Amino acid sequence: MTIIVYEGRELTRAPQESVLECLQRSGVPVPSSCRAGACQSCLVRAVAGAPPPEAQKTLKDTLRTRGYFLSCVARPTEDLTVSLADAELRCAARVHSLSPLSPTVVRLRLCPEADFAYAAGQFLNLSRPDGLTRSYSLASLPGRDPFLELHIRLYPGGQMSTYVQTLRPGDQVFLRGPAGDCFYVGGRPEQPILLLGTGTGLAPLYGIVQEALRSGHRGPLVLLHGAARSDGLYLGRELRELAAAHPNLTYLPSVLQLAAGPPAEDPPTADVLEGALDTLLAARYPSLRGFRVFLCGSPELVTALRKQAFLAGASRKDIASDAFLTAPPAPVSPPPSATGSP
Amino acid sequence: METAVELFYRKMLTDQQVAHFFDGVDMDRQIAKQTAFLTMVTGGPSHYTGRDMQAAHAHLVAKGLNDRHVDIVVEHLGETLRELGASPEQVQGVAALANSVRDAVLGRMRQA
Repeated sequence: MTIIVYEGRELTRAPQESVLECLQRSGVPVPSSCRAGACQSCLVRAVAGAPPPEAQKTLKDTLRTRGYFLSCVARPTEDLTVSLADAELRCAARVHSLSPLSPTVVRLRLCPEADFAYAAGQFLNLSRPDGLTRSYSLASLPGRDPFLELHIRLYPGGQMSTYVQTLRPGDQVFLRGPAGDCFYVGGRPEQPILLLGTGTGLAPLYGIVQEALRSGHRGPLVLLHGAARSDGLYLGRELRELAAAHPNLTYLPSVLQLAAGPPAEDPPTADVLEGALDTLLAARYPSLRGFRVFLCGSPELVTALRKQAFLAGASRKDIASDAFLTAPPAPVSPPPSATGSP
Repeated sequence: METAVELFYRKMLTDQQVAHFFDGVDMDRQIAKQTAFLTMVTGGPSHYTGRDMQAAHAHLVAKGLNDRHVDIVVEHLGETLRELGASPEQVQGVAALANSVRDAVLGRMRQA
């Protein structure tokens, strides 16, 4: 049992409680989303005391050295005094445009109001003015695109999904980041690269592919995009055009079951592979020796494919992944009483 | 060392006779343990006592881990080292070190 000091209040943290749980239990408005140490929404800063190393290891140096840590995975062995992530880490941005990419995915383009440096494929945390935060990967290309592009999967009843659909050009949102290890690294222009994503996992891969091509990457670039049904695929036309313009790029869209959805137009059904992604991958690329591998999207698939890629010969240090963890559903509040609320 | 660990681990995970002992284990954590093991059998420092090895493998022994499996592991270890250019003498030395923990791994430690 240790103490967490926040704004002068001493909060007792129960033995197995994370710092996040302790703070939220005490009414402190710490944002959170994945609650698994990945999305970085729950970032807080230790102003006194040393945060546990496991809660800092995925953070970039500039954050680590300033005492920032991920509160959802922090179970410190000593007392800490914490403050919420400094406002200086936040960047305001204006909505540039919002347009549908598919029945369930919208493209949100944002213009940051201050310099927002990132590498194509990293992710950022998007916050509603009241603090609700979710992570989204960047699909835009820094330097070329004046906007930041996010592909947002709309979940029926989802808090952020509902909010995003109310956004209009000019509205202000808040960003924090970037973070994440999925980005193109130069220096090996002949290396074969496999990019595999499910659903909106395409977003970071789209950015990475464009960055690789812009850098003059000559080795094969294989982009495998999987969806449950054909209406989950998107940007098919753009990717086919990109592949046509760059002989080293291979675009392979796939769905679990072709017959389950409407006939595909973008990309056309004839080009769409059918089957489970891991099976398709094993069949087409039984050896991934020497490959750089990017895996983005469904957590179950990303975990399984990391192992599969490794067993197929890819070195662990050449495998970068981003599991798109979804936030647990918000607790359902009971409907207001018919006789009037207190 | 990193290459050796990956090669060794890959061999074990693709060998049906021993792969099941690694089911459900986090790959990164396993790799860290394999690195420690390889460091030890190639003559490097070891932080594991015989009792640690026994305790760590007890649940696998309960699942049927036996001498044959240990033989297979030592075989994969040898193959890995040969692929990386080790001499027969070096491989023999490593196998000897690996075998020195066989009894601990299989829960057959002599009472001190």
